[in-house]
Amino acid sequence: MKYTFEMILLGVGAFLALVGAGFTQDRHFEAHMWVLFFVLLAGTIMLMRRIEFSPVSAGRAPPPPPQSEYFDEVVKYGVIATVFWGVVGFLVGVVVALQLAFPDLNIEPWFNFGRMRPLHTSAVIFAFGGNALIATSFYIVQRTSRARLFGGNLGWFVFWGYQLFIVMAATGYLLGITQSKEYAEPEWYVDLWLTIVWVAYLVAFLGTLLTRREPHIYVANWFYLAFIVTIAMLHIVNNLAVPVSFVGSKSYSAFAGVQDALTQWWYGHNAVGFFLTAGFLGMMYYFIPKQANRPVYSYRLSIIHFWSLIFMYIWAGPHHLHYTALPDWAQTLGMVFSVMLWMPSWGGMINGLMTLSGAWDKIRTDPIIRMMVMAVAFYGMATFEGPMMSIKTVNSLSHYTDWTIGHVHSGALGWNGLITFGAIYYLVPKLWNRERLYSVRMVNWHFWLATLGIVVYAAVMWVAGIQQGLMWREYDDQGFLVYSFAESVAAMVPYYVLRALGGALFLSGALLMAFNVTMTILGRQRDEAPIFGATPALKAAE
Amino acid sequence: MAEKHVDEISGVETTGHEWDGIRELNNPMPRWWVYTFYATIVWAVGYMIVYPAVPLLTDATKGVLGYSSRAEVSAELANAKAAQAGNLEKIASSSIADIMADPQLQQFAVSGGASAFKVNCAQCHGSGAAGSAGFPNLNDDDWLWGGKPEEIYQTIAHGIRYDGDGETRVSEMPAFTEILQPEEIKQTAAYVVSLTGTPSDVSMVEPGKALFEANCASCHGADAKGNRELGAPNLADALWLKGEGEQAIIAQMKVPKHGVMPAWLPRLGDTTVKQLAVFVHSLGGGE
Repeated sequence: MKYTFEMILLGVGAFLALVGAGFTQDRHFEAHMWVLFFVLLAGTIMLMRRIEFSPVSAGRAPPPPPQSEYFDEVVKYGVIATVFWGVVGFLVGVVVALQLAFPDLNIEPWFNFGRMRPLHTSAVIFAFGGNALIATSFYIVQRTSRARLFGGNLGWFVFWGYQLFIVMAATGYLLGITQSKEYAEPEWYVDLWLTIVWVAYLVAFLGTLLTRREPHIYVANWFYLAFIVTIAMLHIVNNLAVPVSFVGSKSYSAFAGVQDALTQWWYGHNAVGFFLTAGFLGMMYYFIPKQANRPVYSYRLSIIHFWSLIFMYIWAGPHHLHYTALPDWAQTLGMVFSVMLWMPSWGGMINGLMTLSGAWDKIRTDPIIRMMVMAVAFYGMATFEGPMMSIKTVNSLSHYTDWTIGHVHSGALGWNGLITFGAIYYLVPKLWNRERLYSVRMVNWHFWLATLGIVVYAAVMWVAGIQQGLMWREYDDQGFLVYSFAESVAAMVPYYVLRALGGALFLSGALLMAFNVTMTILGRQRDEAPIFGATPALKAAE
Repeated sequence: MAEKHVDEISGVETTGHEWDGIRELNNPMPRWWVYTFYATIVWAVGYMIVYPAVPLLTDATKGVLGYSSRAEVSAELANAKAAQAGNLEKIASSSIADIMADPQLQQFAVSGGASAFKVNCAQCHGSGAAGSAGFPNLNDDDWLWGGKPEEIYQTIAHGIRYDGDGETRVSEMPAFTEILQPEEIKQTAAYVVSLTGTPSDVSMVEPGKALFEANCASCHGADAKGNRELGAPNLADALWLKGEGEQAIIAQMKVPKHGVMPAWLPRLGDTTVKQLAVFVHSLGGGE
C-alpha cells in the first residue's frame, strides 16, 4: 500500500486541526483551523483514492515505473504552481490598485485593502516567486550536480508543504489574522510550519549538492544556497514570538520598540536581498547561458560579486528606518552599506548581459532571450535606484511615498517577473518533452505587454511619489505647510488609475503565458510563421 | 585544474569546468566595475568617519562633524519658530481688530489659519471649507452665529453645543411632533419652501404662514431671516444646512438634528484660534 505514512500524517494533522477548532476561544483561529481541516482532509482523500488493493503475493505487482535520472515530476508541479499563483497574485495586485483609485471597491470585511494588500504581496513574492525558486532550484541543482534530488519524496513534502503554507497564509489574511510585520504577516503557527518546510528544503538542496558527481559547485547553486540558508535565519529570528495560547492565533513579538522595527527591516530588506535577488540570480546564472547557448562571461566576477553581495546585503536594512528613533550610527551603516552594494549588484547584471556576447543577434530573434535581457536590465535599474534612495537626503523626499512602490515594482515585475517568465518558457517544453512551445509569437506578445505595463507602472509611480514628497514638504512664504495629507491623497487619483492600467497590462501578459503553457503541456503547436530573422538551427556568430 | 578549453567565438579561455553544458569564461573583471566598487568603499569609510557610525560598548562614534539627526531636527524647528516668532507674538498680544487692521499681520494670520484649518477643521468642513449636509459651508455669507471676526473667534474658541465649555454656543429646536399635527407640519414646511421656491401644494402655503408665525417666528423671525443671537438659521436665503426641499424641512421639524463643534481654544490655543478666525473670515463671507 502506497502512501500509508503520508496518509496517517495528514489524517492526524486534520484531527489536530479539528481539535484546535473545537477548543479555541478565538473565532479567527477557529475559522482558520476549519480551513486547515478541510485542506488536510482533501489531501487525505486524494491519497486514499490512489490505494491499490491488488494482492502482492500473486507476484503480479506492477514493476516500478522507470526512474529517470532526475526527479522532474515535482518541478513540473512547481512550474504549474508558479504560473497559477502568478496569475492570482497579479490579479489581486490589479484589484488592490483599483481599490486605491476607487475606494468603493473595498468590500468589508474580507476584501478591504488592509487584508488584500498582504494577500497581494505574499502571493507574488512567496507563492509566485517562492514556487519559481523551489522549482528552478530543484531543476538546476540536479542537472549541475548530475545527481538525483536528495531525499526521495522529500521534494514532494517541500512542494506540498509550501502550498499548505501559502493557503494558510492567504486565508489567514482574509480572515484578519496578522502579526502586522510587513512581508512576515502570518501568525506563529503558520511560521512554525514554514520553518519545518524550509528545513526540509535545505536538506533536499544541500543533500543533492553533497551527493553531486561534479567536482565543483556551479555558481547558480551558490546563490540558491545563500538564499535558502539566509531566509531560514531571517524567518526564524524575525518571527520569534510568544503565542497567547496554543489554541489561539495571537502572539506577541519577542522584540519591542525600535529593536522590533530594526529586526523587521533587517528581515524585510534581506527578503528582498536573498529571496528576490540572490535566489533569482541563481535562476539567471543557469537559464541565460542555457538559452543563449554561451558560456558565463566571467568566473572571477561571479565569485567577487557573489561574496560581496552576500556580505553587504545583510547590513543594508536600516535604510528603511532613516530619520526615525533608530540611532544615527545604525542609519549611517544602513546607508553606506547600501551604497557599497551598488557594484556587487551590478556584477550580476554584467555577467548576465555579457554572457550574450557572441549571441546578441538572439535578442532580435528569440523573445525568451529578450525577456531575460529585459529582466537583467530592470535588475540593473532597480539596483541603482535602491542605493540612490538609501541616501538620506534622497530618502527624506522618497520615503513613505509611492516612489518606493514604483521602485519595488520595477524590480519585482521587471526583474523577478520577466526572469521567471523566461525560465518557465525554457522549462515547459523540456519538462513535458515537447518539440517547442505552443506559440513563440505569444511569448513576444507577453514580452511587450509586460514591458509596457512595467514602464507605465514605474513612470507613473515616480511622478506620483515625487509629487507626494514635494507636497508634504511644501511651505508657504509665511512658513506654514501648504497641503494637508488628505490633499496629497486626492492628488494621487489619476496616477492610481494609470497604475492599475499598467498592472492590467502586466496581468494580461501573464494570462497569455498561462494559456501558452497550458497548450504546450497539452501537446499542441500553434501553426504560425517563425519570428522574423529566426534561424531554425543554431549557428556560431562570425 | 581541468583541461584547457578555449571558447571558439570569443577566443577566451574557460575555467575548464562544465556543468550541464555550461562553461565559464576566464574573463577579468571589468576595470570600471572594480574601480567604482573601490570608490564606493572609500566613500563609505569617509562617510563613517564624518558621521556617527561605529557602535561601541555603551555608545557609538560621534563622527567628526558631531552630527545628530535629533539636533538637526531641533535646529530646524527652532529656526522655523524663530522665523515666525515676531508675528506669532504680535498675534498673541493683539486684538482681532488690530490683526485685521495690519495687512502684513492679517496675511500671516490667513496663512497660519489655512494651515491649521487643513489639519483640524477640514475633516468636517471639507478641505475647501465648503461643508456638506449638517456641516456649514464657510465660504458663503450665511452665518448661524455671526460672520464678524470676533464672532467667528467666539464660535471656534468655545464650540457649539460642546459639553464642558461654559461659553459654548447653544440652541435647540424643539421636536414639533409634540406641538403640531402631521398635516400642520407639512403646511409649515410648504410655507418655508415658498419663501425661496415653489412648494408641491400651493394651497398649503396660507395655513402654513399662520402656523409659522405662531410657532417658528419667535426664533427664526417674522420674516424667517433667522436670529444670530439664538443661532436660528435664515430660512429665506435658499441656503440649507441640513438638506434642501420640503421633505428635509419636515424631517428637521419632526426630529431636529443638532450639530456639535468642539471648543478649540483649549486644544489649539488663543494664537491659532485667532488665525483660524481671520482665515475663515477671509474666505468670502466675512462681515
